[in-house]
Amino acid sequence: MEILMSILIGFLFMAAVYLILSRSLLRIIIGTGLLSHGTHLLLLTMGGLGGKAAPVLTEGVTVKDYVDPLPQALILTAIVISFGVTAFSLVLAYRTYKELGTDNMDLMKGTEDND
Amino acid sequence: MINLLLFPVLIPFLFATILLFFPKKVKAQRVITTLGLLTALVSAFALLWKVKTDGVQSLTLGSWAPPFGITMVSDMMSTLLVTSSLLIALFVVWFSFTSIGIKRETSFYYPAILFMLTGVNGAFTTGDIFNMFVFFEVLLMSSYVLIVLGGEKVQLRESIKYILVNVVSSSLFVITVGYLYSIVGTLNMADISIKLAAIGQAGIVTVIAVLFLIVFGIKGAIFPLFFWLPGSYAAPPIPVLTLFGALLTKVGVYAIIRTYTLFFTTDIGFTHELLMIISILTIIAGCIGALAYFDVKKIVIYNIIIAVGVILFGASVMNESGMMGSIFYLIHDILIKGALFLLIGVIIHITGTSDLRKMGGLIKRYPVLGWSYLIAAFGLAGIPPLSGFIGKLLIVQGGLEGELLWQSIFILASSLIVLLSAIRIFIYAFWGEEKGVQQVQPRTYRHLLAPTITLVVITVLYGVGSEYLVPFMTDATTVLLDPSVYTDAVFGGGK
Repeated sequence: MEILMSILIGFLFMAAVYLILSRSLLRIIIGTGLLSHGTHLLLLTMGGLGGKAAPVLTEGVTVKDYVDPLPQALILTAIVISFGVTAFSLVLAYRTYKELGTDNMDLMKGTEDND
Repeated sequence: MINLLLFPVLIPFLFATILLFFPKKVKAQRVITTLGLLTALVSAFALLWKVKTDGVQSLTLGSWAPPFGITMVSDMMSTLLVTSSLLIALFVVWFSFTSIGIKRETSFYYPAILFMLTGVNGAFTTGDIFNMFVFFEVLLMSSYVLIVLGGEKVQLRESIKYILVNVVSSSLFVITVGYLYSIVGTLNMADISIKLAAIGQAGIVTVIAVLFLIVFGIKGAIFPLFFWLPGSYAAPPIPVLTLFGALLTKVGVYAIIRTYTLFFTTDIGFTHELLMIISILTIIAGCIGALAYFDVKKIVIYNIIIAVGVILFGASVMNESGMMGSIFYLIHDILIKGALFLLIGVIIHITGTSDLRKMGGLIKRYPVLGWSYLIAAFGLAGIPPLSGFIGKLLIVQGGLEGELLWQSIFILASSLIVLLSAIRIFIYAFWGEEKGVQQVQPRTYRHLLAPTITLVVITVLYGVGSEYLVPFMTDATTVLLDPSVYTDAVFGGGK
């Protein structure tokens, strides 16, 4: 199971890197979204995928059967943080498009004739 | 007062929250921000005293036993960094009163600064690797706001790049934490240190060490990961630039030093050799940039990169003088970069341009500014009685003790280039015929000059009084070179 997840996460990272390297601003932001998905799945996988019961105290379930609760808490934190950052960067992209009139990263170079 | 070590983190946070309620009342914003920073600074000095007398302070939140809760740890190094970051912020805020403009002040400028300080101080104080990630995000989020606040075209353009680079490096941080967790099964930094020492020289640990170097290297602008810094830092207005230049890269540098002294001490032959090579390359790249530009902002920005290289070189040799030199230089660099950026801010305010070729002859009308710039430039290069000297001396001594002759010569040679780049600003801006000098109101000029001069005086005092600082630096070095002091404090502090 872990192997399968690793391959999937690898594909997510690959797609994210490809998209981040593209010119259009929106594709870059989609890329960062994929990157954070990959990251969160990776956290889940690295915590181990064994365990049968959700980490909620229930009668009749022994300690060994619970999944590791820590990675889930970490992922939850990381998700809201990346939500915040993504929302900010989307608004920033919108504002930039309005102000500069382009979403092409090639036209956003900081050279003297291109200010 | 067991909670004392939280005050430098919590006080800025509390005051920032209060400031959110009345963004349009500029006077109140200014007064409360200053008040908050002063209170935090007092608490930081109290903490400094406490750490000096009682040793490393640690507190596990919520009274959980140490590896299970989030531990906050204040050793001497983090306390010194917390104190100097609050000090710099105070001067930046003072400078902002006259320079930032009313529009930004009414748009949550001061809360953003205080939230950023929360993040910076939290990152310096935390003893939990994931908590460090969270504090990194706190400071990065506020820095996104600060870099784009005002919404000029150049700011929008550069902040996109800045955010993108940091989003990628934050993801990488989480990935690395995930890998580390899968190996040691803990997030507490002291616990990680013990568990990694028990694992010994496993290949995967070295891989994680290099990944951490990449993550923090992007934040701290080392070679070849500094590419985002010159463009992004040139975009925001001067007070924001000062805050960034003095503090943000130093958080990355601190994180590298912390992880490489606490976690990854088993395979020093590889990891620290890599760190050493990279730091030398960082210095070279910074030197090339510092000489290449006629833009005052760019020249000082590349000097940040040089300083990062010098500090990391001192840390990479892992002996007492090198490490102590690094800490001396780290604090010096926070102070002097703050002073230099503020000085340049005054120059840009007077001439209206940041291009050296368009300015000249300022010394006739603004002698105080000129001479204090010269003092700061000498301090930056490390002329003996001033602040940069003792740090670099110790770093070179550490390098020689580690039998790194050529690298040490490189450090010394880089000082010459730093001096040359700083003096070029002096020659172009202050000597020669008067040109580009605008009539600024004497009152505005005085108000800009007051915080700047005070900061320059502090850097001079730091240099002249470095003898009194030696005991503090020795304490910091002891903890860094002997992780057991740190781990003992964490696991003994929970009683």
